[in-house]
Amino acid sequence: MTDATQGRVFGRTQLEDMVIVPLFALVAALVLGAVVMAATGVSPATIAQSYVALLKGSVGSVNAISETLTAALPLVLAGLGLALGFRSGLFNIGAEGQIVVGGLAAVVAGVALGDMSAFIALPGALLAGAAAGAFYAGIAGWLRAATGAHEVITTIMLNLISFRLLDYLLRTPFIQKEDRADPISKSVPDAAELPKLLTFLDANLRLHAGLFLTLAMVAFAYWLLFRSKLGFEFRASGENAVAARFAGMSAGWTIVLAMAVAGALAGLAGANQTLGILGRATPGFSAGIGFDAIAVALLGRSHPVGVFFAGVLFGALEAGGRQMQVDAGVSIDLIGIIQSLIIVFIAAPLLVKAIFPWGFRKAGKRENKS
Amino acid sequence: MKGCGKMRVLFRKDLMVCGALIATTLASPALAFTACQVTDTGGIDDNSFNQTAWKGVLDASETLGIEGRFLESQAETDYDANINSLVDGDCDIIITVGFLLGDATEKAAIANPDQPFSIVDFSYDPPIDNVLGQVYATDQAAFLAGYLAAGMSKTKILGTFGGINIPPVTIFMDGFVQGVDHWNSVKNDGVTVLGWNIDTREGLFTNNFDNLDDGRAFAQNLYDEGADIVLPVAGPVGLGSATLADELGVEKLMIIGVDADLYFTDTERQHVYLTSITKRMDATVADVIETTMNGDFHGGVLVGGLENGGVGLAPFHDMEAMVPDTLKAELEALRADIIAGTISVSD
Repeated sequence: MTDATQGRVFGRTQLEDMVIVPLFALVAALVLGAVVMAATGVSPATIAQSYVALLKGSVGSVNAISETLTAALPLVLAGLGLALGFRSGLFNIGAEGQIVVGGLAAVVAGVALGDMSAFIALPGALLAGAAAGAFYAGIAGWLRAATGAHEVITTIMLNLISFRLLDYLLRTPFIQKEDRADPISKSVPDAAELPKLLTFLDANLRLHAGLFLTLAMVAFAYWLLFRSKLGFEFRASGENAVAARFAGMSAGWTIVLAMAVAGALAGLAGANQTLGILGRATPGFSAGIGFDAIAVALLGRSHPVGVFFAGVLFGALEAGGRQMQVDAGVSIDLIGIIQSLIIVFIAAPLLVKAIFPWGFRKAGKRENKS
Repeated sequence: MKGCGKMRVLFRKDLMVCGALIATTLASPALAFTACQVTDTGGIDDNSFNQTAWKGVLDASETLGIEGRFLESQAETDYDANINSLVDGDCDIIITVGFLLGDATEKAAIANPDQPFSIVDFSYDPPIDNVLGQVYATDQAAFLAGYLAAGMSKTKILGTFGGINIPPVTIFMDGFVQGVDHWNSVKNDGVTVLGWNIDTREGLFTNNFDNLDDGRAFAQNLYDEGADIVLPVAGPVGLGSATLADELGVEKLMIIGVDADLYFTDTERQHVYLTSITKRMDATVADVIETTMNGDFHGGVLVGGLENGGVGLAPFHDMEAMVPDTLKAELEALRADIIAGTISVSD
């Protein structure tokens, strides 16, 4: 973590950290995934077929690429928020809850603004999502700044509250769909939907305008972290909160702001799902994205560009996993195993270096530091 | 993160199913008929809803030599994508399992008018030409279960809870409560049901179909309130309730299974089940596959009831001796009355 939080110039150490370790972690995870399949009695031919399907389902066709990106977008958005938190020394586990709150707020605002033109309704709904996420994460930030309550605990608790809040709110008359007894929101009107981008090729392609939003946010997060005064304060208090305070930065405000920005990005991830894919909110629409995004932020070494590629990789695994199930009949749970293995290897860079000694500088020099 | 706890157990079982699948794939000629199934988030081996529907595909592959494939949905965001990835393949029929896939199936069916679809637990009004809905008069069988439970309860308190407050779930609870009411009026008794108010349409719901801990906690609450027989209507969630009954002992708590005869699918805890309200999705799914194979597919609705065996009450198995003969005779008479229409269950 310390390596990742230092805004050093891109050098050999950074290359090892940001590119080589994740790459080898992926390879090791895929190999171990094959071992797991073999150990459970899957024939070698089927294992090979699985990985071909994984590739085919993630990049093998226009539909595959569309699905990969569709799955990647919320992971990247929420991952960016978490990365900002990590850089500021905040271990935010609350993206899931922030996605729930943001996604729901976007639906509510979208329904309320549905009669307006798309130029008002869509930005309004997105802003509502970001604002709700920022507020919800801000609660945890404020608790940390004002009382010292640790954000790991408070964000986990806020996640649980958000799930029940969603169940409750989905059954209130203003939000619940007409003539339904089950918890399901009204549908998002067309004006507030993120438009689909590739329907001129095939009506089934799901990639939507959230792609541009996500790319813009990657650039924004990079600018914020490395080019702005606020980002410098985030990083400074992440590196050493005491030193930052003596340098004249307000520790409390920095924490609240960092959490709020992280929450806004997670809220956008929620809005991205409800306005772009589902067109409504239902219980469990967050689908664990906020937790997977922690892995994405770690894999991306808390760097906005790294987070983008990590999100695309996880999106590819998800889309490819579907094809794997169809073509080879291998359980989708294997994808979960591969994702988890990647994280294990990422968390233990020394293990990766021990397995793949080439590609790294001679030991000695570096290992003293790690 | 979600589902990690069950991953280890599921994984092996899935692969065994898959192993069998691949074997059939290799054995059958290229021209074989392919039936594809999309599950909801309960998963293919939920011991209940999705598994029963999948059994229909497996039965058809045994008797008719078709090829079967399935795709598990991990979240609601998967529904569209899963159906789409099967539309691209060569499925002669796509079977979607569950009310929650209703919208996604409708969308895919309209976008792909030449692809036959069949959906379990949902029907469209007006019907869609290429979708055959399979629905079940589950309340008829649940009525019998309610009457039975009322007759068997020592505390005169019964409990029920559901997964999500949607019609295919609450229809079980409706029938159950009506069966108990019928017992009360015939026997002039005062058996109460906790967990579902048939008039306000409110009750106990876990709001998921996959958390076994919820199943245990909800059953514990009902037991603490005095219930000695519990009907969980939440797919695999009910297995958590069965675990509690197993620990407490059947003298204190019995479970009524749903969908499949859980005596056979949940063999580790089979002794806790008084009976099961069976919903023979396997029979209707196999039926739909055969019809489609013979080229007789057409959109519309297929209703399973007590009369055609689409729903029913499973045998009492280990509890056979505990159920009084008079009660058994009364159930038999009730069954005949419901089929004849002298007792009307659905309003």
